[in-house]
Amino acid sequence: MIPASFDYIAPKSLAEVIRALADHGEDAKLIAGGQSLLPLMKLRLVNPGLLIDIGKISGLNGITQQDDKMVIGALATHYQIETSALLKTRCPLLCQTARAIGDVQVRNRGTIGGSLVHGDPAADLPAAVLALGGKLRINGPSGERFHDAEEFFLGPMTTAIKANEVLTEIHVPAAARRSGCAYLKAPQQASGFAVLGVAVALQTDSKGRCEDIGIGVTGLGEKPFRARAVEERLRGNKLSAKLIEASTALVSEGVDPLEDLNAAADYRAHLARIYAARAVQAAAKRLPGRAR
Amino acid sequence: MPVSKLVGARVKRHEDPSLMRGLGVYVDDVKLPGILHVAILRSPHAHARIKNIDANAARQRAGIIAVFTGREIKDEIGTIPTTADNPTLRIPPHRVLAADKVCYVGEGVAVVAAEDRYAARDALDLIQVDYEPLPVVTDPEKSLTPNSPVIHSEWPDNLAFSWQQEQGDIAGAFKQADRIVKQRLVHQRLAPIAMEPRGVLARYLADSKDLTVWSSTQIPHLLKTHLAQMLNLPENHLRVIAPEVGGGFGSKLNVYAEEALLGYLALKLNRPVKWIEERQENIRATIHGRGQVGEVEAAVKKDGTILGLRYKVVADIGAYHQLFTPAIPPFTGLMLSGCYKIPAIAIAVKAAFTNKMSTDAYRGAGRPEATYVIERLMDCVARELRLDPVKLRQKNFPKSTEFPFKTATGLAYDSGNYQSALAKALELAGYGKLRREQERLRGRGRYLGVGVSTYVEICAMGPGFWEYGKVEVEPGGKVNVYSGASPHGQGQKTSFAQIVADQLGVELDDISVIHGDTALVAKGIGTFGSRATAVGGIAVYQAAEKVKEQARELASHFFEVDPDDLVFSDGKFNVKGVPRKGLTIRQIAHQAHGATNLPGNLPRELAADATFEPANFTFPFGTHICVVEVDPQSGRIEIKKYIAVDDCGKVINPLLVDGQLQGGIAQGLGQALFEEIVYDENGQLLTGSLMDYAVPRAADMPRLKLARTETPTPVNPLGIKGIGEAGTIGSTPAMVNAVADALAPFGVTHVDMPLTPQKVWRLCRRAPGAGARR
Repeated sequence: MIPASFDYIAPKSLAEVIRALADHGEDAKLIAGGQSLLPLMKLRLVNPGLLIDIGKISGLNGITQQDDKMVIGALATHYQIETSALLKTRCPLLCQTARAIGDVQVRNRGTIGGSLVHGDPAADLPAAVLALGGKLRINGPSGERFHDAEEFFLGPMTTAIKANEVLTEIHVPAAARRSGCAYLKAPQQASGFAVLGVAVALQTDSKGRCEDIGIGVTGLGEKPFRARAVEERLRGNKLSAKLIEASTALVSEGVDPLEDLNAAADYRAHLARIYAARAVQAAAKRLPGRAR
Repeated sequence: MPVSKLVGARVKRHEDPSLMRGLGVYVDDVKLPGILHVAILRSPHAHARIKNIDANAARQRAGIIAVFTGREIKDEIGTIPTTADNPTLRIPPHRVLAADKVCYVGEGVAVVAAEDRYAARDALDLIQVDYEPLPVVTDPEKSLTPNSPVIHSEWPDNLAFSWQQEQGDIAGAFKQADRIVKQRLVHQRLAPIAMEPRGVLARYLADSKDLTVWSSTQIPHLLKTHLAQMLNLPENHLRVIAPEVGGGFGSKLNVYAEEALLGYLALKLNRPVKWIEERQENIRATIHGRGQVGEVEAAVKKDGTILGLRYKVVADIGAYHQLFTPAIPPFTGLMLSGCYKIPAIAIAVKAAFTNKMSTDAYRGAGRPEATYVIERLMDCVARELRLDPVKLRQKNFPKSTEFPFKTATGLAYDSGNYQSALAKALELAGYGKLRREQERLRGRGRYLGVGVSTYVEICAMGPGFWEYGKVEVEPGGKVNVYSGASPHGQGQKTSFAQIVADQLGVELDDISVIHGDTALVAKGIGTFGSRATAVGGIAVYQAAEKVKEQARELASHFFEVDPDDLVFSDGKFNVKGVPRKGLTIRQIAHQAHGATNLPGNLPRELAADATFEPANFTFPFGTHICVVEVDPQSGRIEIKKYIAVDDCGKVINPLLVDGQLQGGIAQGLGQALFEEIVYDENGQLLTGSLMDYAVPRAADMPRLKLARTETPTPVNPLGIKGIGEAGTIGSTPAMVNAVADALAPFGVTHVDMPLTPQKVWRLCRRAPGAGARR
């Protein structure tokens, strides 16, 4: 587990990072917590000539509320998110999901930005960010842009970020008054990654009908995705057990399930249905006035 | 035996303060000036001819001191040893580096010694090996079929050895049977995954011609003997040191290629060389455990009486034998009777070469397989006969008055009371209530399972395997205890001190226990087979007894009384009836050291050694009960309760015994639930890292309820039996029995390990009708 040799710089500003990326092109890799990149380098599956450590840039790990949205710096660690008092009240889905990642050591080092840009099809946080309808702030040579999380994940280890760009912030809506959420996962026993994970962000109207719902699924296909078909069936309706079951049956529609040692395609698809149903039920149970 | 004060006490481990503060010195912590770092190029192919190796580019790289290929050193180092008393055994030459052909993924083909670890690793990428891939066989049953690829051309049938035994009237038993119950059982391959991977450091001193090898091993003395042969060195110029060893679980009860290779490099390069195994190497190139596929059949009467047992098993050996590879499957055969009276038993083992790493001893080493066979079978019989699995077991137990109990496999169980351990476990579990609860929940579509395993195992490797101990009292009164056992986490620095402290009446803190260095301990065998205390501890005890007798003689001289007029109490020798005047061991050692008029027949110092070789094995036993709930929708298993009642004879330190059980049960549950080494049909290892190979973690463990019964063994003077492996042996079948029981309403009679959620889900899905009666 010894990586090939590489150069290392640790710029103090975002501008310097973007300049270094422009100068070194594909030979450079950004490193934050290193929880995905370093194992790959130690296995020599990835051999960058230059590591640009963005961990020394200040102001990129904050967790704040701006009006009705939560802004999470890309360098915020899983542990920070898991334990953030602000998120616990304003966006508990992120706390729940972060808590499901790896172990304490991994959560202490790993960052939300790193998890998202790595694009692992079995990572936890993408499911939550998708369910929340998050937007990603991305900085590059021509300034900043916002990207919908839903269009961000393109395939295994592939995202819409370009080699000369840096993910800087994740924006998600602050939880509405009548909202509930849940992240449920069937972990791969060895790695803890999701064989299947479902994140649900639910909002109801005063009559208990589903006003809005976001369902993010990870582990099922070659990229995390939002289960639009299920959401549409639920939106505007009372969340009866029957409706939940009927609608979540659609969760794997149009997705080619992954197949590996841990789960064949049919089992993964089955798990997606079970976990989607259970996650919707769990989110409904956590609505204020019910389980509080 | 004297009234004991410390034996039996919950003494905290002396080892822990330094280990917990990171002060322990493991192989990698030993630093020597001028050290070179070694990396090994390993085969990516499971079976291939080596057409050519070109190491020139690697040799020219800065920082590279030497590169050797297997072909170059083919005749310089002896082959890797194996030991077994079996005339059918076929031993393919097992070289430290492959010369002409590789037979498994991970087999070494070249070695690099460099100024630092980075250079060593980089150089591996520069060695060009031209492989010609050959057909591969990884399935041991397929390997024994006529059309299989051949691994060693000398033996086209791929048969590594066979072993069979039949005692009692097998044919008659099956003729008289009311029912014959059959089950095919798979014991999947496991990786031992010691916390510390292997590591070797070797240093040669050219002036004295002394080679010292530090190795993370369980058997420094045996290793020394074998290394001397492999390297053709005089034994008295070889020293092996096992410093702190971070666990072994049997995987370090071996002689590995790297141990000889590093010795060779140190001699050849005249510089110290170090190799520290990486985890991925550890999973590829350190022995695996288990790997058996068998079919068992029982001849039974309607009332549950077991008349006879037949077991045919194929053992997956891997490509070569390691040290005890051929000894493991027969061990399974010997223990097949379990804790039952079975008048006729027939076993037939066929061992198959496969294109995989060798299997060898892993915690339990053959006994977990035996226990799993018999304990799964008992549940299958109970199901077939519609008997309660507990009643079936009780019916077939020998009575406690029947010991020593002779089995149809040729063993004599030393002592036992299987009924009482079972009764205690049933009570702790609330068995009757559990069964009612199970019935109630089934009615509601919830699936509880109760698994019982009553095990007996074999420990302390008796006749033929001795152990050495020595006790000496320094002139100042401090005590040194030397043992040929080589603890690597078990805590004998504490328990041996307890034994000696009681014998000599000295303080625990005044005792040092020394082990793991062939220059400090005259001889030894090592730690494995749950023998360190039951054999090594007895040698230490006997040495301490001798020291006490020396002290008595000296005291009799100092007091000028007959030795028989002395009594030893409260750590002092007193003249009978004169309790106030007494001499402690410390005072006697001090006086003897400086005495001017000591008669010639009296010892100058208090020091004695002993070699203990038990006349029989010991047979610990117990009952484990596991309660699970299965979610048929996801296939996930939740352990609700775990009860273990174990009997390891007399207990020296209950804390250490509990620790062994906790770890043992964790590994047993690991096998039952998660662990499996998987090679694909091309011999590629699919579970080659801890991201894919699931070892149990603290969070996976249920809360354990541990209890004991105590049935001393007559085999040794302390009555102790051994506890290192019992947890692993007893737990796996309890777990699987519980899950099979939970799934009974789905018509499931057996599930092969590991019981992954996917597997369980499939069984629930293809069920004839959920809710059916058991």
